[in-house]
Amino acid sequence: MVAHLLRLKLTLLRNGLRRSPWQLVGIVIGALYAVGIVVTLVVGLVMLRQADIALAQTIIVLSGSAAVLGWALIPVVLSSVDLTLDPSRFTTYAIPMPQMLVGLALGGLIGIPGAVTALTSLGTVATWSHGVLPAAGALVGAVLGTMTCIVIARVTTSATAGLASSRKFKDVSGVIAFIPLMLLGPIGVGVTQGISSSAGFLPVLAQALSWSPLGAAWSVGGDLAAGNAGAAALKFMLACVYLAVFVWAWKGLLARALVTPAYSGGSTKRGRKLGFFGLLPATPAGAVTARALTYWFRDPRYGGSLVVIPLLAVVLFFQSVQNGGSGSLVIMGPLTAFLMAWSISADISYDNTAFALHLSTGVSGRADRLGRALACLILSLPLVAFFVVFPFVMSGDWGWLPGILGLSCGLLLTGLGLSSVVSARYNIAVPLPGDSPFKKPPGNAAQTMLVQFGGMLVLVVLALPELALIIAQSVTGDAVFGWINLVVGPILGLALFVTGIRIGGRWLDRRGPEMLAELGVNR
Amino acid sequence: MTAEYPLPDLPAPPPDGGAVPALAIRGLAKRFGEKIAVNGISLDVPAGSFFGVVGPNGAGKTTTLSMATGLLRPDHGSAAVQGVDVWKRPIEAKRLLGILPDGVRLFDRLTGEQLVTYAGLLHGMDRGTVAARVADLMAAMDLVKDAGTLVVDYSAGMTKKIGLASALIHAPRVLVLDEPFESVDPVSAANIRSILDGYVASGGTVIVSSHVMDLVQRMCDRVAVVAGGRLLAAGTIDEVRDGASLEERFVELVGGRHTTEGLEWLRTS
Repeated sequence: MVAHLLRLKLTLLRNGLRRSPWQLVGIVIGALYAVGIVVTLVVGLVMLRQADIALAQTIIVLSGSAAVLGWALIPVVLSSVDLTLDPSRFTTYAIPMPQMLVGLALGGLIGIPGAVTALTSLGTVATWSHGVLPAAGALVGAVLGTMTCIVIARVTTSATAGLASSRKFKDVSGVIAFIPLMLLGPIGVGVTQGISSSAGFLPVLAQALSWSPLGAAWSVGGDLAAGNAGAAALKFMLACVYLAVFVWAWKGLLARALVTPAYSGGSTKRGRKLGFFGLLPATPAGAVTARALTYWFRDPRYGGSLVVIPLLAVVLFFQSVQNGGSGSLVIMGPLTAFLMAWSISADISYDNTAFALHLSTGVSGRADRLGRALACLILSLPLVAFFVVFPFVMSGDWGWLPGILGLSCGLLLTGLGLSSVVSARYNIAVPLPGDSPFKKPPGNAAQTMLVQFGGMLVLVVLALPELALIIAQSVTGDAVFGWINLVVGPILGLALFVTGIRIGGRWLDRRGPEMLAELGVNR
Repeated sequence: MTAEYPLPDLPAPPPDGGAVPALAIRGLAKRFGEKIAVNGISLDVPAGSFFGVVGPNGAGKTTTLSMATGLLRPDHGSAAVQGVDVWKRPIEAKRLLGILPDGVRLFDRLTGEQLVTYAGLLHGMDRGTVAARVADLMAAMDLVKDAGTLVVDYSAGMTKKIGLASALIHAPRVLVLDEPFESVDPVSAANIRSILDGYVASGGTVIVSSHVMDLVQRMCDRVAVVAGGRLLAAGTIDEVRDGASLEERFVELVGGRHTTEGLEWLRTS
């Protein structure tokens, strides 16, 4: 039975690869990356053999604890636990619980994260190969530690499964999980400063962690190498107990999950609240605007692109504070304009086959294009205005304001026009409706890259006049160029906006059914 | 392109003597890669009929209906709604058509009420009419309690019903419903059927696809049997079933039924 579960996992993996050669390319790149990580870590662990035993112990316990913590938290936050061996799919088969647990646990090792963890932890055997006993201890510890990683991931994900299956949690956590990633730079700076100022604290921390579920297994080899046989024996027993507790908890949760079907019932709500549909004009274009605005607030895939903007501002703010000045903050306005405008370049792809409604109602391509662009414009204007003005309030030097304002207006309008054309013509691989905004989308990755980069290149070309004026201003320092930009940007942008809506609309009128057929592929 | 394709086989005049058929399909064909999904289907749906399209899974029902309603461009052939060519004059044709496609997402982050309103406004209807009709439709579909719930949180049956409401909002002359009763509960199905019966009685035309023969036999007055991308039989229910039940006749036409031998171990005695 255990072998069956493992074979199932391998078969699923292999069939996944067979679906498209790009998937194979993806996994090969991922695997190469993983091999690189494993080799680096193992070489590091082997070199650690020469180091002071206390130092090696501190490093291994801390990184081991971090690995266990990562396994416990990351799958929950990303709600991306590997569901190929989802226990709820086995409810109809009578698989004895112990065999199911072993099968699922070993199945967790198949895949890149599991393999990296297992191989790296085996590297600690090399670190502690001072003698037979420490090496054996390290081996036992590595096995225990790896199993703890896998089991703890299962425990936390099953414990939060009820939470994770609710739509609201998924929507919110998908976006929130991204924030620490964006802030990695500032956080990293803070942590390194903290560590360098309190280096003496780390061994103490490692010592404490080595008694906890996070670090017990990883410290067995080190304690034996240091000659603390008693402590090693105690920690070995502790690690076994911790693992047993986790397995027991997992078993309980699994037993519960097997009899409770995943259900996410929402409360029923009576209507009479039309939201944006009641506020905007009752025309096809107005309706599309209202629909798009509603989606900006309700669909995390749209919100996800919005969350990037304040985070970028924070990153740039940190940078400019560190460099002493608010110079780099000035690009925030044009950057926001660009990001917002480009965010609807895959709007129809985001609709997926729901686009069939536009086709079946026969709404004109121009109304479709205009509605979507206006929704984005309504949201962008205050945002861009804020980020254009804010840096100048910070610095108090308003000389560049006209130029930056002109450039931002130009980029926003030009970008919206171009996006209206691009999204009418090309189907881009995006996360499916209901998926996390940061999930790897299905579909043709190569075309997506080509369209995205090509489109941005075209945008730069279209906005060349504004960019040239900015460059002219920075070279000559003459404020006149800024004022010219303030006139040129909006006028040129508006012209390109209208042209984009027209071309995109005509394209959509002509190729609507073909677009729907392409969208249907990535359902 | 294909829209100019000549009409291959002009059919005999419609049975009810020269009236324009509600939906006229001529030689529709579609190929997906190597697989020919629809291989030249011609069909007349007389105005005022309740028309069933039946066929096994993968017969080409959805593909045919998509091509006939302007959602999928045919490789060959044409389709006309009340004489208006769907592919040459799409805007006019779509005004006459109400479509419930199968296997298509909805804008499911809207509430039920917003979705139907959206469909109405996309048709260019004015706000007052839309609001009144949305209220009527929500009541008719038993969705008043859930009008403010997001469609993504609807059950499968409720999702079908809200899709149907979106297809009805502009009072179309011809309704094309692909698998409208799939996962709809019996009470709602009965309600929907009475809505559709009333619609047909008032002169509208309904075309439903299904693979539930009993339902089609009870509900429709005409039927077409499709399999392997071809039309096997068409006409009134009585003509097609020819004395037998529709299900028996269907199995006979389509084939593939095999006698149950083997599985002796499954017998309990």
